[in-house]
Amino acid sequence: MKATVLVRPKEGILDPQGEAVGGSLRKLGFDVSQVRVGRIIDVEFSANGPADARAQLDRMCSDLLANPLIESVEVDFGGG
Amino acid sequence: MRGPLVAIVQFPGSNDDHDAAWALAAVGAEPELVWHDEAELPLGTGAVVLPGGFSYGDYLRCGAIASLAPAMDAVRRFAADGGPVLGICNGFQILCEARLLPGVLRPNRQLEFVCNDEALIVENADSLFTRRCALGQELVIPVKHGEGAWYADEATVATLEERGGIALRYREEVNGALGGIAGVLNEAGNVMGLMPHPEHAVDPLLGSADGGLVLAALVDAAEEHAFAAGPKYT
Repeated sequence: MKATVLVRPKEGILDPQGEAVGGSLRKLGFDVSQVRVGRIIDVEFSANGPADARAQLDRMCSDLLANPLIESVEVDFGGG
Repeated sequence: MRGPLVAIVQFPGSNDDHDAAWALAAVGAEPELVWHDEAELPLGTGAVVLPGGFSYGDYLRCGAIASLAPAMDAVRRFAADGGPVLGICNGFQILCEARLLPGVLRPNRQLEFVCNDEALIVENADSLFTRRCALGQELVIPVKHGEGAWYADEATVATLEERGGIALRYREEVNGALGGIAGVLNEAGNVMGLMPHPEHAVDPLLGSADGGLVLAALVDAAEEHAFAAGPKYT
């Protein structure tokens, strides 16, 4: 089983990294109003069907991959 | 007479572990370094220090990987049993990720690594860690971190304020920490995390000895805990 986890800074949470990247894009001449920087985590693992895979991913996210205080997650099973 | 045993957990990437050992010895403790993959704390442990550094290269989020180290299970049991635990800088980040303390440490607002002596205000002088200080006392203790902006949701902050869970605040703006919060306590009052480094401020020759007040209070607490725990830990 393959899944991709997208971790983003939650809305309303300051993202100094995104602000810095946005500032640099503006320096390059782009009309950028906002940049948010998150992270992509590709996971390969074994699971007994989609429900189990989903449940495992939920646990991976809450136990380690993201901090729910400041980050939101989106899981994509599109990778097969 | 030997001082109480204070275990200092070393993670790959810890770099203030030896400074912490030196400073704790200077205020009367018997420090012992404990490698992160140890499943148990040494017999007779009276307090635990999680030192500063960049455990596991700060991969994923600072403190996140270290919070799952085997030694942290032992630290969780020790804390649940009332044992005093102090997390300094990366140690604070680890305690938050381990959910032993509320909130999380975010990258500094100004995106710069800060490295300064900072004035801190003692907001709670009754805790295990601050009871050698006076309420409102100003302590000068250095900070050195890139991710020190403590953050929690409004409800958590309100609860903390109410129960005296905010131990220390910065006098001036340092890193964008919510409410200028520099150090917080858990509900039971036996776990504290702070971004400033008391172990770098135990000798006036280095600018300040105010950190010694925090560490000496920890040594007092270690003595009391080791004594109260009796044969279980000794």
